[in-house]
Amino acid sequence: MKIREIKELLNIEPITCSDKQDVDIKYAFASDLMSDVLALVNNDVVLITGLINIQTIRTAEMKDIKCIIFVRGKVPDENVIELAKQNDICILCTKQIMFNTCGLLYSSGLQGAEINK
Amino acid sequence: MIENEAIKLHYDIISGDYLKGGEASSNIKKALMQLGIGNSIIRRVCVASYEAEMNIVIHSYGGYMEVKIYEDRIEIIAADTGPEIKDIKLALTEGYSTATEGAREMGFGAGMGLPNIKNTCDDLQIDSAHGDNTIITMKIYF
Repeated sequence: MKIREIKELLNIEPITCSDKQDVDIKYAFASDLMSDVLALVNNDVVLITGLINIQTIRTAEMKDIKCIIFVRGKVPDENVIELAKQNDICILCTKQIMFNTCGLLYSSGLQGAEINK
Repeated sequence: MIENEAIKLHYDIISGDYLKGGEASSNIKKALMQLGIGNSIIRRVCVASYEAEMNIVIHSYGGYMEVKIYEDRIEIIAADTGPEIKDIKLALTEGYSTATEGAREMGFGAGMGLPNIKNTCDDLQIDSAHGDNTIITMKIYF
């Protein structure tokens, strides 16, 4: 699924990297726990999280995650957005809760990440 | 015989600085990419170094990280000035945590740091028995 399609499905505009909308993503991982992202994510995913601080971006950077969806209407501050821009990470923000966001993406063909365990 | 180190990187880590936490690991990643090291090795080094770096930020009085690149492996050393890890076996148990609320707000402190490091590295040595500093040596082979 392209970032453009994710954006249209959730009816939201990207906050960063609007030029990356043709990046294709097959898998998703949803968590507010960055240690789980670090431990389990093995392939290219979109990260769905309600955690909007700088460590979310650092975690994405460490795992080569190209797109983050912030849920529950949360919008990160300028420092977080700037770090995402520096790392070419696309940020999307939705007012949907995590469950609904995952449901919408799953029913449109995005698969759950294949985890390391 | 003393082994030749190809490259050595050093970063100081400040206790409690959650904004800068992860910066050293970010720089380590960039350096390894410039050296043309494979993605799967870089990802493993990043997980180990980032968890170790956040451990220093969250749990210690401060310290440093060192990365040494040898012909056959990468060694990451995370050293702090204390306090010591009282029970290393317990600290390696998934879910055991002594982290503060501040660490939890950052998405850490679920008791997965050291277990993640152990699972990611080929070799892990934790030295926290002498005095009150902790030195963690992580090795990842090519």
